[in-house]
Amino acid sequence: MTPPATGSQPDPSGHFGPYGGRFVPEVLMAPLEELEQAYNAARQDPAFQAELKDLLANYAGRPTPLYHARRLSGISGGAKIYIKREDLLHTGAHKINNCLGQVLLARRMGKRRIIAETGAGQHGVATATVCALFGLECIVYMGEEDMRRQRLNVFRMRLLGAKVVGVTNGSRTLKDAISEAMRDWVTNVHGTHYLLGSALGAHPYPMMVRDFHRVIGDETRQQILEREGSLPNSIFACVGGGSNAIGMFHAFVGDPGVRLIGVEAGGRSGELGAHAARFSGGSPGVLQGAYSYLLQDADGQVALTHSISAGLDYALVGPEHAWLRDQGRTEYVSVTDTEALEAAQTLSRTEGLIPALESAHAVAEALRRAPAAQGEVFVINLSGRGDKDTDIYRENLKELDEPDQNRPAL
Amino acid sequence: MSQTRIGPLFERLLRVEKRPALIAYITAGDPTPDRTPALVAALERGGADLIELGVPFSDPIADGPVIQRGSDRALKAGTTVAAVLEIAAKIRKTSQIPLLLFTYMNPVLRYGLDALAKDAVARGIDGCLLTDLSVEEAEPYVAAMRKAGLDTVFLAAPTSTERRLALVAKYSTGFVYLVSRTGVTGERSTVSDAVGPLVSAMRKATGLPLAVGFGISNAEQVRSVGAIADGVVVGTAVVRVVEENAQSPDLEHKLETLARELRGGLPSKNA
Repeated sequence: MTPPATGSQPDPSGHFGPYGGRFVPEVLMAPLEELEQAYNAARQDPAFQAELKDLLANYAGRPTPLYHARRLSGISGGAKIYIKREDLLHTGAHKINNCLGQVLLARRMGKRRIIAETGAGQHGVATATVCALFGLECIVYMGEEDMRRQRLNVFRMRLLGAKVVGVTNGSRTLKDAISEAMRDWVTNVHGTHYLLGSALGAHPYPMMVRDFHRVIGDETRQQILEREGSLPNSIFACVGGGSNAIGMFHAFVGDPGVRLIGVEAGGRSGELGAHAARFSGGSPGVLQGAYSYLLQDADGQVALTHSISAGLDYALVGPEHAWLRDQGRTEYVSVTDTEALEAAQTLSRTEGLIPALESAHAVAEALRRAPAAQGEVFVINLSGRGDKDTDIYRENLKELDEPDQNRPAL
Repeated sequence: MSQTRIGPLFERLLRVEKRPALIAYITAGDPTPDRTPALVAALERGGADLIELGVPFSDPIADGPVIQRGSDRALKAGTTVAAVLEIAAKIRKTSQIPLLLFTYMNPVLRYGLDALAKDAVARGIDGCLLTDLSVEEAEPYVAAMRKAGLDTVFLAAPTSTERRLALVAKYSTGFVYLVSRTGVTGERSTVSDAVGPLVSAMRKATGLPLAVGFGISNAEQVRSVGAIADGVVVGTAVVRVVEENAQSPDLEHKLETLARELRGGLPSKNA
């Protein structure tokens, strides 16, 4: 059964309300037009959709389960909590949905060289994976700070045959990796596809990446209706660029009874530079192709950001989120590094699920609201698993590395 | 129609002197805001006809490493949009050289389109070029600049389709900036083969002067591009001299020498 198409669509030039659009050097305008045309043809081509569906099912592992988290619900003392298990997908996060879609598109366009940026490394690993699968050259740009934080993923990308290029500009994180990938694309535009990993950048990326992830929400809608006979009261997803969140929200945008809650990185504090909460700390601006909420200083320079999770550590939020928020359809909150770490431990010890630090932000907000939501149904999108964050967990939970520091069961 | 110093400049050079313009890019505030007016004066003494005054931006996606570092130095030295406008006012006290702001969309958006246009005119700026502003998104910006009487220069690229070249022509005044190659700013050993066809294609779309930039760094390249274009832009080579001589009292002299060498590459169409 195909769920109803209820989400918002951009205007023909890629605007979600005032947001989005195309703010790139002229060199990239024609390639973006070519990409848009190729995507519009592909999305209507049953053969393309059938191949993508087959890969999602038999290679990536879709559909992912919607799991009733009984113990988590029990200790939270209120809402009945379900968890959408994107963490079970091949490569460990939702990112593979978009990578499979875009790599099929690149092949269709005759592009043999794939470039990508990565923050946490999940998108880089997923890109390296699909390039290995299709025998394509793969170059991944990654900030050196993120390479340090996510060493395991750097190794996985190399093992998969990708070249990982360290970026030493600026804050050496996701933003700088995207700039470097854009510079590569500007230079090698013929024959190269830029496999952008979030619902960011110039049109058609925010729409296209959203479409490749909408399967998350489509499945969830069907699964919760089968299990509960009704739609959930609230859905939680973390928001960096916002791809897992928009993929989840899309199927529910037309259901006003479902609260859609995006969770940004509150980082260390509310001070500019110490977090990545664009909606509470930013204002509309242009970065790397799109107009949306941006963390910037009084002179329009892009602010540095911080989050314990590399995947949320970015100064601009995806434009469709900004538009949905302006309309009052979605709401955004932030969760600090400390709260995310606590939620990750709670989920690990109650459900045996070690979450990615990104996803732990969504868990934290759901746990915050659950006690006051007796009789309600919550869905948390668990966008990724925490294996890649083991080093960060160890750095922050040093007591667990001590020889005799076992903890009592929850 | 250019109402600024830019239109008359090309008119004089192309009709009377029968040569293309030498256009120099310099990042304002690099190494410090107080030095920029003297550096611009040195470029003018050496033979630059028009100055692109770079407003530094934290995330310059169209720039290569040399100009990225120049922007970093300028930002670290506290260069704001307002500071660049003050630099322009200082230059204007002693010079009538046309000044074009060269930057990215976000600092301009943050300052405010109308406020920037008004303040830029008041400080003696002639026009503006935003490297990441596509013509599709340009309507409000162009309206604000026009209202204040500023020129709006847009980029055309080797990848631009015929339809896009027509749009670039429609929104540009003063001149059109042709990007010589796909890629970011920076020196290259040879001039791209794309220049000739791009100049020809753009001539069909507009009667505006055509300047060519990206990858041009020496007199020989200036000569070869100047043979077909109405203006030749050199940027990275200028910023490199600033970088290598930032602490030196010789910096002005070295920039003047560079400009003179580059200008030596310009053909005289009289000859």
